[in-house]
Amino acid sequence: MPELVITVARFGFLILLWIFVFTVVGVIRRDLFAGARSGRLVAAPRAVGASTGQPAKPAKVKRGRAAHQLVVTAGQLAGTRITLGEAQITIGRAEDSTLVITDDYASARHARLVPREGQWFVEDLGSTNGTYLDRAKVTGPTPVPLGVPIRIGRTSLELRP
Amino acid sequence: MTAAAVPAASPASTGEQPGVRLARSRRNAELSLLLLAMVLVAAYAATVEANVLDTVTTDFWIPAAALGLVFLGLHLVIRWLAPFADPALLPAVALLNGIGVGFLRRYDLAQATPEERETLAIFAGTGGRQLAWTLGAVVLAAALLAIMRDHRSLSRYAYTLGLAGIVLVMIPAVLPGRFSEVNGAKLWIIVPGLGQIQPGEFAKLALLAFFAYYLVRKREVLSLASRRVLGIDFPRGRDLGPVLVVWMISLLVLVFEKDLGTSLLYFGMFVVTLYIATERVSWLLIGLILFFGGAYLAYVLGSTVGGPFANFYDRAQIWLDPFAEPYDRGYQLVQGLLTLGTGGLFGAGPGGGQPTLLPEVQTDFIFAGIGEEIGLFGLSALLVIYLLIVERGLRAALAVRDSFGKLLAGGLAFTLGLQVFVIVGGISKLIPLTGQTTPFLSAGGSSLMANWLLIAVLLRVSDGARRPVTGGGGPAARPAGGPPEQLHGAPTEVIRP
Repeated sequence: MPELVITVARFGFLILLWIFVFTVVGVIRRDLFAGARSGRLVAAPRAVGASTGQPAKPAKVKRGRAAHQLVVTAGQLAGTRITLGEAQITIGRAEDSTLVITDDYASARHARLVPREGQWFVEDLGSTNGTYLDRAKVTGPTPVPLGVPIRIGRTSLELRP
Repeated sequence: MTAAAVPAASPASTGEQPGVRLARSRRNAELSLLLLAMVLVAAYAATVEANVLDTVTTDFWIPAAALGLVFLGLHLVIRWLAPFADPALLPAVALLNGIGVGFLRRYDLAQATPEERETLAIFAGTGGRQLAWTLGAVVLAAALLAIMRDHRSLSRYAYTLGLAGIVLVMIPAVLPGRFSEVNGAKLWIIVPGLGQIQPGEFAKLALLAFFAYYLVRKREVLSLASRRVLGIDFPRGRDLGPVLVVWMISLLVLVFEKDLGTSLLYFGMFVVTLYIATERVSWLLIGLILFFGGAYLAYVLGSTVGGPFANFYDRAQIWLDPFAEPYDRGYQLVQGLLTLGTGGLFGAGPGGGQPTLLPEVQTDFIFAGIGEEIGLFGLSALLVIYLLIVERGLRAALAVRDSFGKLLAGGLAFTLGLQVFVIVGGISKLIPLTGQTTPFLSAGGSSLMANWLLIAVLLRVSDGARRPVTGGGGPAARPAGGPPEQLHGAPTEVIRP
């Protein structure tokens, strides 16, 4: 084998190795920012599509961007993100809750978040210490705007686009 | 890009629903990364043959293709059973495993006579055996994914697993040396004529599942009841019990199995899971103090009393000054350091090194052996890949919603990282050398299988973490009727603010 081929193969392998590393990092990076970016880019077309394809009823409710993530901002689970689907999210200490919080001031079945026509509503499930939307106590199903903290015991949650 | 896997996860109606993001499964990204990894493995094999045989044989690609096929199989299983699992884990591990097989095959070539080299069969020698083990390990990982559909089901067997783990750890210690001792470390179960397994590798996983379960039960007590000393919250004396028990077990491993690495691994694993569970820095401090105290005690006892501690004392002596006896006790470490030095920045090229000069290059010193050929530049790429695997594990731990999953994934990812640290630190003379395997690279079926099982658990947890919430509030809440009906019955009519 000519020396040149071997040298090319030798360095080519190292370069390929690092290309692999950076490709993996790229995939991870796209993964990390996927939520934020698709939210921004897709928001406008979605609203247009909804107004043409569906009756005008839901268009009123979902002015602004739709929520895609539920983020825990304070408390033991701080940093946890839940990707929102179309199903309700139950919050409490019970093991079968969607978000199991180990907070001394939370009830077993504390509250739930329910989507209706593109808007998420928070509803208290008869908890001992109550659920607060920002500073106000939640008494019935209440719409949750983006970025407003829902407080349960020492835990805070927010909806994010 | 993710079109193939998406419909399975989100019903057809989601398309028009505002507020619902199509969850991205990223399986296609995984597939293309996997193909790139296999191209790398094939390129490695070709370069090795060009260097060693001075020609590239027509079937250099066969081991890479065999590996690629079995990884593709696992990829398909993931597509089917864990569609939202992390896309970076499988390709990264596949690359490490492939490079390991490639290097071991290259080691076989170096040992074979020139006539044998041209016709080295695919399953021959260390490399061939490693290839066969890989196939087995991947099948095992796929089976685990199939059996364990939800990582929480593991917590049901926590006590069984804990007991099994302790038994597995203890077996080599009580077996007579003939059935358990290899190169001075009693870590094995040797069945004469059949082979040998290293039960500690599997015990690691079982114990971690138990630790995670135990700490989820106890976290309130461990994190709330405390005394504040010097600004750090220290736990009550009686809560220290389990930590001391694990500390004792790891010291016993150190003494009776003569293995510092495994004992460091178990103890580190427990302390870190404890730290993740309680968020108390004091546990890390207590753990470090206990470990260094124990290691120092073993060192002092080894120099004065000898007996079971002598092995550890020897290793510490070699570590402190390997060049004192470069042809005797320090030979292996000195050769390892020289090998890494020969590799330099860019290495001698795959196939260009002298792995036969390095004792145990196929197991403990594989990182040095590979380092000679791909240099610092290549080794740091491998270390970054390890780092990425650990990072993805920790990310899964952060994202998953139940405490058991958090502890399990965090602990497993940390264990993998710690094991890499222990062995790479050992061969580069940062810490005393101990016979740990380098995950996915070293020859050896037990280690390979256990680590693939670990990856399967991480894949399962990350699938649980990234899967969008679909079914109500868990299995118990589902039969109670859909949530919208209840909401419609609510007395308050919603008015937007």
